[in-house]
Amino acid sequence: MSILVNKNTNVLVQGITGKEGSFHAQKCLEYGTKIVAGVTPFKGNTLFNDSVPVYNAIKEAKKERRIDATMIFVPAGFAAAGIIEAIEAEIPLIVCITEGIPVLDMLNVKAALNCSGSTMIGPNCPGIITADECKIGIMPGFIHKKGKVGVLSRSGTLTYEAVNQLTEGGLGETTCIGIGGDPIIGSPFITFLKMFENDPETKAVVMIGEIGGTAEEEASEFVKNNMKKPVIGFIAGKTAPAGKRMGHAGAIISGGKGTASEKLKTMEKNGIYIADNPSVIAETVNKALNE
Amino acid sequence: MDIHEYQAKELLNKHRIKTLKSILCHSGEEAYEAFLKLPAPLAAVKAQVHAGGRGKGGGVKIAKSADDAKSIASKMIGMNLVTAQTGKEGKLVRKVLIEEGAEIVKEFYLSITVDRKNAGIAFVLSAEGGMEIEEVSKNNPEKILTVSINPLYGLKSYHILEMSLFLGIDKNLFGEFSKLINLLYGAFTLEDMSMLEINPLILTGSNEFIPLDAKIILDDNADFRHPFFKDLIDENEEEPLEVKAKSAGLNYIKLEGNVGCMVNGAGLAMATMDTIKEFGATPANFLDVGGTADSKRVETAFNILLADKNVKGIFVNIFGGIVKCDMVAEGVVAAAKNIGLKLPVVVRLEGTNADIAAKIIENSGMNFVSAESLADGAKKISKIVNG
Repeated sequence: MSILVNKNTNVLVQGITGKEGSFHAQKCLEYGTKIVAGVTPFKGNTLFNDSVPVYNAIKEAKKERRIDATMIFVPAGFAAAGIIEAIEAEIPLIVCITEGIPVLDMLNVKAALNCSGSTMIGPNCPGIITADECKIGIMPGFIHKKGKVGVLSRSGTLTYEAVNQLTEGGLGETTCIGIGGDPIIGSPFITFLKMFENDPETKAVVMIGEIGGTAEEEASEFVKNNMKKPVIGFIAGKTAPAGKRMGHAGAIISGGKGTASEKLKTMEKNGIYIADNPSVIAETVNKALNE
Repeated sequence: MDIHEYQAKELLNKHRIKTLKSILCHSGEEAYEAFLKLPAPLAAVKAQVHAGGRGKGGGVKIAKSADDAKSIASKMIGMNLVTAQTGKEGKLVRKVLIEEGAEIVKEFYLSITVDRKNAGIAFVLSAEGGMEIEEVSKNNPEKILTVSINPLYGLKSYHILEMSLFLGIDKNLFGEFSKLINLLYGAFTLEDMSMLEINPLILTGSNEFIPLDAKIILDDNADFRHPFFKDLIDENEEEPLEVKAKSAGLNYIKLEGNVGCMVNGAGLAMATMDTIKEFGATPANFLDVGGTADSKRVETAFNILLADKNVKGIFVNIFGGIVKCDMVAEGVVAAAKNIGLKLPVVVRLEGTNADIAAKIIENSGMNFVSAESLADGAKKISKIVNG
């Protein structure tokens, strides 16, 4: 078991012929992901990698294939339209890797998502992976190994850091999700915490947050009220200055709100196990599991 | 991106939002001429810098004559304005806005921001105009109203009614107020703003609502549909090293410490800074070299780190995912040799071929130390810079 994706997930890639899209679609295929179709405007009726049919639009692809999830590499200026296209096509899982989507575009996307049955991951994220089964994203596949920890994160490489430790320490992972580094994202931590709580194979969840917004505070309230499984938390940005955007569009302390100390305080109060630095994440998971 | 008050007002004017008559000046002489051109007996001289809290710092003064305007402007231009938002080093004033005076009947606070929690567009209002809104929200949260607009439905008249009643606006002025709120919402969404703050919004003696000050932050991500955004950039207002890094495609933020950091990924870069601090040193910067981290990028990054004279040592922390660590290690060594790097460098490479990478680092003949983990690296570099 795992959440959202497994070896039977049929994946579509939007922007499959672009530089990023083709590179990562290739890597996903090598990992074993079932990519069944690609979409790029005006590239219909061609093949990607001599095997994956490319269509002009999702509508065409859907006539011929069952699609469970889409991975979006469409450039920032067109990405919101790509997401809406996927929502209209009723694709259950939408994973948007694209960075740099205007925030007002994302507000519209979010409003459309709320009226749909689709779940969205990202944008500005590494994607989702169920170890040894299905990789929809840009994360290095080899660091993942099937195990018992679910991972959620607003960051990319910092997630790999955590995953690497979990794998090397023998804990392994069920599913890992980068939820995205933008101020407005498809789904908050809570959406996935709920799924991990119901997944019998997941024994603990690592939640990696950062400065900006209040997503971690809300997630920790949820953990306190709804979860039996231990959640291990880390927050990046204790030394970040106020008012500066730390790489991710969403990582900013504004009007004195969204500081690391504020988040850690609330998380600790709500029973999250805190890892003081990224090097002790696996160690903290072990501690939590042995309690 | 931040823009100046005068640019913000021009942007509002473009959307038919009236502001007071004003003229941008670069010298005392220009200020003298400007005062004579304005119709009012009084004028405000306002420093144009990217920072709030200008009034308290001496960046806003009233001139009663053209001579007065000249003398105030001459003193203001060239001064280092220190406000609560500039940090102790302050900001050099290069230009001032001379603005006609107005009869103020009432002052309000109004801002529009992206509401992260509700994924809406939020109006924040208070009848306590001119005050620091953070102060009001801390001490008198009941004096602030937040109205979140669902972008799918848009701004409706009942939203404006709620705002108007909360602010105690006379019902005869509802039409005027409503017009302003609609125009502001339009400007915010059409120009891809991520923040629009008007503090204060004034009601004048002639029953007009006018933004006396305006602060706008534009969403850089939307610059592809607003070609004029690039004309609004004032590089004088930004840290020179940050400008240089940006043009090289690097994400760099200068800080106060002495450990230069080079990391791939924003989250890992922040976590690296935090861990350095945990082991007793202070980071000199945030630097995300991005996913590729080839030798060319690493060289540019080294040059930017070295341009900061406070830097006493460098910590390179790369998680090689798609890129192989030995390639990164070779890039780091080549870049360091190329620029004749003398400072101590701690290198931590994790991921594919990390063991080969560690050997390349150890055998480089450079002043390099290799580290096994993020914490190990942070500990080593902290020990080195702390002597």
